[in-house]
Amino acid sequence: MAKINFIEADGTENELDVQEGWSLMQAAVSNGIDGIEAECGGSCCCATCHCYVDEAYMDKIEAPSDNELGMLEETVAERKDNSRLACQIKATEALDGMKVYLPEVQS
Amino acid sequence: MGRPIVIIGAGQGGLQAAESLRSAKYEGEILLLGEEKFSPYNRPPLSKAFLLGEMAQDQLTIRQAGVFDKKRITLKTGVRVEKIDPVTQHIQCADGEDIPYEKLILATGSRARIPAIENISSRGVHTLRTLEDTLAIAAEMPAVEKLVVIGGGFIGLEMAAVARKLGKQVTVVEFADRLMARVVSPAVSSYYKKLHEENGVDIILNAAAEKITQREGSVIGVVLNNGVSLDADMVVLGVGVLPNVELAQNAGLECTGGIIIDHKGKTSQDGIYALGDCTAQRMGDGSLRCLESVQNAVEMAKAVASDIMGGDKPFIAAPWFWSDQYDVKLQMVGLSKGYDEMVVRGEEASGSFSYFYFKNGTLIAIDSFNQSTDHMAGRKLLGSENTLNVNQARDMTFNLREALRG
Repeated sequence: MAKINFIEADGTENELDVQEGWSLMQAAVSNGIDGIEAECGGSCCCATCHCYVDEAYMDKIEAPSDNELGMLEETVAERKDNSRLACQIKATEALDGMKVYLPEVQS
Repeated sequence: MGRPIVIIGAGQGGLQAAESLRSAKYEGEILLLGEEKFSPYNRPPLSKAFLLGEMAQDQLTIRQAGVFDKKRITLKTGVRVEKIDPVTQHIQCADGEDIPYEKLILATGSRARIPAIENISSRGVHTLRTLEDTLAIAAEMPAVEKLVVIGGGFIGLEMAAVARKLGKQVTVVEFADRLMARVVSPAVSSYYKKLHEENGVDIILNAAAEKITQREGSVIGVVLNNGVSLDADMVVLGVGVLPNVELAQNAGLECTGGIIIDHKGKTSQDGIYALGDCTAQRMGDGSLRCLESVQNAVEMAKAVASDIMGGDKPFIAAPWFWSDQYDVKLQMVGLSKGYDEMVVRGEEASGSFSYFYFKNGTLIAIDSFNQSTDHMAGRKLLGSENTLNVNQARDMTFNLREALRG
């Protein structure tokens, strides 16, 4: 279990207990957080679960695959160095306390 | 309080319609009726990660129960709607409940086609479309040694890939002379034939199942129309889907291969919308388009909600699809049917490349293999006007985005 804080574009904070093995996308969608759409359901095919991850945790997360990097090239909101697709990040205890910032738009 | 907006079908599209109405500040009651007993779930992983055991059932479920309360969406599962009366604007459920509606949205989806083959209802013969189907397959899978897949389309091939990963002996029987013939180009068909054969799948083309053989009610084999007999302790049917149009048809809505809708999801009946697998969209040139995809369901749901709320957000984006088989992710955008020239971008041998399809010099589709950069650029190009030509498409130094007009 990891406590992860999903912060929406308007500043609304949503702190969730995310089960190990669940992706950040699944946790956010399951809880009805609106800043994540996840049209494709976690197949890394739609780029609508775009998020900005806490810089301090970047080295605790597996690096993005080529496929994810390609998808990130066409996110609707600005792509930054800490841009990731939430469906490709699985929760581990190491991510406890992480903040995830959600963009204003996904599609 | 006034009448609710009623959505028949609690799949991904039905759920999206409900939520889009709420986020567009629709204040009335929203009733989401599902015939399956489950809360809305993601269907694509059923033939992929879920069947492989990499994903738990509650990870498939899109929203936790509390979310429906929070969004004031009344979800009722296990409800079968029997009849629509478009004149009085009522629907009638199988349990006798009569529900009036203000607007009706049909998101009834499709069902797996079951071919008329002898002994088709033997134990061990499955379709693969619903969570219930998948749970049944998963429960029997450990005891299965030999799987026969009837139908070499996306579902059948994804099933074959999963079964090979689980160490099963797999044969795929396809009626056409190539795989996935209805939706992909011959080049993609050959690529997948080779991929599956390299992974140990036997592929039999130009053949149809004539009969299931059984012992004490359980499948033991499949007899083909070319005289070949295959042993099998499980058979999975992947021979396409039928749109669930009966409710609409009986209510007098225009249906041809699906409930006919326009680019905003409007049916031939005022106040009734439809979206997703159950529909056939009338295109600008008068043709009808049936797409069974997540995008088609979700984007049309947004268009429907927008129209109901007085907005104008028609669904006109280029269609996209994907399929995961072994370690190849195929991403398609546009429809390649009718192309007159195909070029390859990248090296096929590298495993990361795309096929670009042109018709009369205009780009109409791109199929990308582990090459999401091309795919995403393609969504942009095909979603608006572009000037891409074949030479630019095959030139790896050319930045595809430069072909965007305006």
